[in-house]
Amino acid sequence: MTAAALRHARYVVTENPLTLVAFSLLLVLLLLAALGPLLAPFDPLKSDSANTLKPPSTRHWFGTDQLGRDMLSRVIVATRLDVAIAFSAVSLSFVMGSLAGACAGVFGGWTERIVSRLSDTIMAFPLFVLAMGIVAALGNSVCNVILATAVINLPFYVRMARAEANVRREAGFVEAARLSGNGTMRVLAVHIYPNCLPPMMVQASLNLGWAMLNAAGLAFIGLGVRPPTPEWGILVAEGASFILSGEWWIALFPGLALMLAVFCFNLMGDGLRDMIDPRWRT
Amino acid sequence: MRGRSLGRLLWRRLAAAAPGLIGVVVVTFCLMRALPGDPAAYFAGNAATKEAIEQVRVKLGLDRSLPEQFLAYVRDLARGDLGQSVTTGQPVRAELFARLPASLELTLTALLLAVAVALPAGVLAATRPGSWMDQAVRVVTTAGVSLPTFFTGLVLVYVFYYLLGWAPSPTGRLDSLFPAPPRVTSFYLVDALIARDASTFGACLRQLALPAVTMALFVMAPLARMTRASMLGVLGSDFIRTARASGLSRRTVLWTYGFRNAMLPVVTTLGMIFSFMLGANVLVEKVFAWPGIGSFALEALLASDYAPVQGFILVMATLYVLLNLAIDVLYGLIDPRIRIEA
Amino acid sequence: MRWTHTILSALVVALLAAPPAALAQGRADTLVVVTEVGPNMLDIHAPGANRPSYQASWNVYDRLITFGAKTLKDGSKMYDYASLKPELAESWQMGLDGMSVTFKLRRDAKFHDGSPVTAHDAKWSFDRAVSVGGFPTFQMKAGSLEKPEQFEAVDDYTFRVKFIRKDKLSMPDLGVPVAVIINSKLAKQHATAQDPWAVEWVKQNDAGGGAYRIEAWRPGQETIYARFDDWKSGPLPKIRRVIVREIPSAGTRRAMLEKADADISFDLPPKDFAEIVKEDKLKVTGIPIENSHRYLGMNVVKPPFNNLKVRQAVAHVLPYEQVFASAFFGRGILLPTPVASNTFGYDPKLYPYRMGDLAKAKQLMAEAGYPNGFETPFYLDAGRATTDEPAAVLIQEALAQIGIKTTIEKVPAANWRANQGKKEMPLFVDQFGGWLNYPEYFFFWNYHGQNATFNVSSYVNPEMDKWIDAARFEADPKKYAEDVREMQKVAMRDVPRLPFVQVYLDVAMQRNITGYQYWFHIQLDFRQLAKS
Repeated sequence: MTAAALRHARYVVTENPLTLVAFSLLLVLLLLAALGPLLAPFDPLKSDSANTLKPPSTRHWFGTDQLGRDMLSRVIVATRLDVAIAFSAVSLSFVMGSLAGACAGVFGGWTERIVSRLSDTIMAFPLFVLAMGIVAALGNSVCNVILATAVINLPFYVRMARAEANVRREAGFVEAARLSGNGTMRVLAVHIYPNCLPPMMVQASLNLGWAMLNAAGLAFIGLGVRPPTPEWGILVAEGASFILSGEWWIALFPGLALMLAVFCFNLMGDGLRDMIDPRWRT
Repeated sequence: MRGRSLGRLLWRRLAAAAPGLIGVVVVTFCLMRALPGDPAAYFAGNAATKEAIEQVRVKLGLDRSLPEQFLAYVRDLARGDLGQSVTTGQPVRAELFARLPASLELTLTALLLAVAVALPAGVLAATRPGSWMDQAVRVVTTAGVSLPTFFTGLVLVYVFYYLLGWAPSPTGRLDSLFPAPPRVTSFYLVDALIARDASTFGACLRQLALPAVTMALFVMAPLARMTRASMLGVLGSDFIRTARASGLSRRTVLWTYGFRNAMLPVVTTLGMIFSFMLGANVLVEKVFAWPGIGSFALEALLASDYAPVQGFILVMATLYVLLNLAIDVLYGLIDPRIRIEA
Repeated sequence: MRWTHTILSALVVALLAAPPAALAQGRADTLVVVTEVGPNMLDIHAPGANRPSYQASWNVYDRLITFGAKTLKDGSKMYDYASLKPELAESWQMGLDGMSVTFKLRRDAKFHDGSPVTAHDAKWSFDRAVSVGGFPTFQMKAGSLEKPEQFEAVDDYTFRVKFIRKDKLSMPDLGVPVAVIINSKLAKQHATAQDPWAVEWVKQNDAGGGAYRIEAWRPGQETIYARFDDWKSGPLPKIRRVIVREIPSAGTRRAMLEKADADISFDLPPKDFAEIVKEDKLKVTGIPIENSHRYLGMNVVKPPFNNLKVRQAVAHVLPYEQVFASAFFGRGILLPTPVASNTFGYDPKLYPYRMGDLAKAKQLMAEAGYPNGFETPFYLDAGRATTDEPAAVLIQEALAQIGIKTTIEKVPAANWRANQGKKEMPLFVDQFGGWLNYPEYFFFWNYHGQNATFNVSSYVNPEMDKWIDAARFEADPKKYAEDVREMQKVAMRDVPRLPFVQVYLDVAMQRNITGYQYWFHIQLDFRQLAKS
């Protein structure tokens, strides 16, 4: 990145304190995701029947659950899985959706018709229910949760990419590229596609939050990762049955972690948008 | 002129939506058939023998090939028959339509609540861009959309029912010791008003409070943001500058000229949000035992009871199409430019 | 802006308005029950009828006979399976050769629609039970009630049942929920050629003559029962009206009980009951469910669990105490042997292994040829996940110590029956309970070579069959006791399954509710309850 770009970035980040907060949170999140198991004070899977359902204390900062497992360790280790699910799902969605949308925008005709029909079909579904259906049909596994989340996010990227590609199809630099002898595919790959990306990156970071909530929602109803794997949604689900009997910590801490992560992604999306194109500042 | 262009718009939209709906029917059918579990075994009941299960399988038509089953399904759909639920033994259409008003009432109340809070907040933020109020609105709405709805619902129940005792027990639309108001619209609030029954009205409202707040929190963000963005855009435009320069009062500028024009994208967002809520209320209905179609579909899905889930998805998709149509018409009524283009 | 002000004020007033006095009065003579799932149909003979529909059936329909009651040491009441009492039948006489029984029906009994109850209704109802297939027919067969020819309406008020063999379960089988007496005249009006037993109509309507009528049935929400004041088959119930509300969230059900918004509930998680007992604000009765156990099952025909040493190794590491405390919160009996604590033949001393002997377990695994263990899926019924999932996680941890790496698979409740039938699960947690409290009855369905659906391990052993068949028809009490003991010894030697707990049927109720009685069908009998 050029010095000017860096300066611009620093300006945006410092001018808006929220964006600074968001980026710091993101760093913490990524750190926890990368180093999770090393930072956890206890083994997140080890039960301890002498210490079940203990409230937060100096030994167990987030308390323990029904089997005596340390909640802090479980929440920390869950970061990796949740962040991985969110990033994988959004990446998959982003790549497939943008490619499909860009092709549709450039080639038009049947390509466009098929792509937009598929996209419309997905959008006609109540999206969370579609994700539920996919995971229920294909089975409880992390891959299927990622797949389901990716599928329901596709239409956004398809639509954006198609619109951007459409706009740029007639642009000057594309004409120039074509005139200098580049084939359509090359023009698409080298000139059009990279220019479609920036607006979609903003969408992607907003989608990260949504993907995470989606995965957590699926886990809450039992369609997600298998026990005893810690994942924020499952932890909240487990804690839900204890909340009305006073053991509030089992659901609260994973819920807060989930909320903070999603909050961070959303604010980051705003920050990215400000950085890339101030015209879109909302 | 206006009727014809509106009619043409409607037709064009319906035609565009048709392939989407067909896609929904096909995809749903395939997904549901892929669900694990054997409805024949479940239906045949406890301790059924292999022969008994086979008999039930034939009766349900599950022994025929998939394309045949699909054709049978489409044929039934054409007659308006959405099949029968395996777990409750009731026809799906009857159940869906009995439970739809509950979901609609919840969603509409939540939407009204969200609009009542988000729109003024968005306008406020737009009139003071960059101020602490703007930041506050941004933070609060972003926080609202970051909370998982099931978690929010649980926390609200814990605080307001369990700890404070302000809210009634989260047991559905109405405490069973209150008889439901005489049915006119199936919306309890409206029916209670029609029957001039203040105590029932109050009871319904009390039951609605927590679930509606849970859902509203989630959709306030996009509404507030869209309002703010739209207002900002409009307030920066030329005709507003002219209005201000002409000496019109601040209130007139803001509301008569600014707000009205800013509402168009907000209306579209409202539509999108409403259809999103109809699908996303599955989790809220579960936490609050709300007898809507969301909880119905969820229980059916977890029991591999495919007919209700298929019916639910179809009803949702149809509602979505109708809703978008209504919005387009509304748009056309508000903005003459759209009509003329159609 | 003024109108918004008015609306807002109206809203605030409505929100703060207290419920009217009528609400308070209504609570006093109505019993409010909260449960997770309610009846999915009103006809117990209909295929797919769920367990809560047995509660509707029990209270809305009469049976020929019922069971008496006995009081336990701690003062709680339960049914007495050894004592048969009249219900619809005033009296009965066994045939001289013991191969039949003749019932004299009471003459003043009426159905809810006012028509008299006759022996012809009984005949039609029993024919229906043994012909309709599925669970009802299976249950009738358990007492050797198999063919319509066995039932005869001698005259309007005399009903005879002929036995095809001497089976000590025949008489009690006439008192189970399935043996209902249906209003045949009313039902037949709705019969069709495809549906000769009018199942479609009866499953949505009230065709009974029991102590309660169905006032309203909203599946998925609530069922409302109203007392049938012309009921003559027993003392008139004290509770006039019962509302059973379906609340999916256990936490909400408990909160409602604690705030007295509900009167009674029995399907809360064991942890809640443990805490309610400690708080001592509500009455709790906890009676171990007769003739039942929760167990760890293993498939004995497919590797790796077909190897006896592997199964015995598992027995040595199963964390009985930990599971009992952490998953079941002590609400039950720690049961390592197959016969339940309140069933004849209970003997925990028949458990031959040393619990928690890790060294022995590792040695057995090595001898079996799996010194480094193996991987296997581990199934449980998601409908029982509240207790079975923590149990499975603890078992998973323990098995990992001897190298058995498991992946937990939660099967949706509706699919569990199909999974049981397929008999492909190598390792699973399951439960079985029998209505008729005889150990050989339990063994017949779970351990016998007839390989019924409930014998999910596919355990077939002629030696075991010999003892079970002997016990079923043994008249000599000493020989019977020995048969039951031998049955258990074989079961614990071969360990196709490892029972670990016999759960309580816990019921929590307000202090002013009296008369609760445990029944083998687990459901509530409203006729005995009173609210002071």
